[in-house]
Amino acid sequence: MIPALSLILACQLSGEILSRALMLPLPGPVLGMIFLLVLMSVSEKIREVIRPVALFILQHLSLLFVPAGVGVVAHLDALREHGLGLAVALIGSTMLAIVVGAAVFAAVAKLTGSASDD
Amino acid sequence: MTDPFKLWSYLASGPLLWLWATLIAYWIGDTLFKLSGRSPFANPVMVAVVLLGGVLLMTGTPYQRYFDGAQFVHFMLGPATVCLAVPLQANLPKVRKALLPILAGLLAGSATAIVSVLAIAKAMGAGPELLASLAPKSVTAPVAIGISQSLGGEPSLTAALVILTGMIGAITVTPMLNVLGFRDWRARGFAVGVAAHGIGTARAFQVHETAGAFASIGMGLNAVLTAFLAPVLLSLFG
Repeated sequence: MIPALSLILACQLSGEILSRALMLPLPGPVLGMIFLLVLMSVSEKIREVIRPVALFILQHLSLLFVPAGVGVVAHLDALREHGLGLAVALIGSTMLAIVVGAAVFAAVAKLTGSASDD
Repeated sequence: MTDPFKLWSYLASGPLLWLWATLIAYWIGDTLFKLSGRSPFANPVMVAVVLLGGVLLMTGTPYQRYFDGAQFVHFMLGPATVCLAVPLQANLPKVRKALLPILAGLLAGSATAIVSVLAIAKAMGAGPELLASLAPKSVTAPVAIGISQSLGGEPSLTAALVILTGMIGAITVTPMLNVLGFRDWRARGFAVGVAAHGIGTARAFQVHETAGAFASIGMGLNAVLTAFLAPVLLSLFG
């Protein structure tokens, strides 16, 4: 547990440092994810240590968005001011982006013969 | 006996009460989600946000005071993002086989997310500041805030729009793609990761592990691409 958490935080910390130092458009945690991916790809031992702890944290991924989500109430006035337009734009655009993304992915997968296994 | 108002103001000003309330609200949301047969419409994030938002409004508690307690949960978002490496690593062979679909789906999904939100909002009368705040709405919050700032948007409004987008994506993705007959878990997961970042990714993991892994990739790649695309596409709507 403690070694796994230390390693996860070390990856995030390295990511933060690199992101700030090079002023990259990627946030620290996303770079940290790439670091951990590389470490896990080269070491069986690291995979074994990280896996149970990471899966426990990811099992409750939705919970972690709640505090930021409650921030929406702090903006109720601004959101209400543009109410209908904003609702149509967010709902329409999000649904459209999902369908277009999935359709293009599936079409190119078919064209290139990259079938899914499941 | 202690004056209940004093007790309340003591508890409401510390982190304990709001940390506890966050866990309880999510627990209620998660229980409803399971009772509903894992229906996407009983999204646990949305239920918890509505419950907590209602409590804050009724008790007149400022968001900042709530966040002082909830920040312990919020902090775990960073380590959790790092942990996405685990499902990603387990699915690496599948990812290698799907490089072209990933790149094509990324470009299409990312550009659609930006152009469509700008076009609809502009048609409905949104001003330049709101458009700039909306442009990065599909991207994970820390990146979206940075992009919004550089475009002349309102960063904290962007954070709220990002969360709403995530909830909309998490709620609509399953019924919509079922109706349209998409069976490829890679395409389904990837598309929701691109369009609805971490909240969409959390939803994808609830449905299928492959979908979750591809959603993580979609979320990560779109954070980079949107940083480049958003300024260019926004200038078309100036």
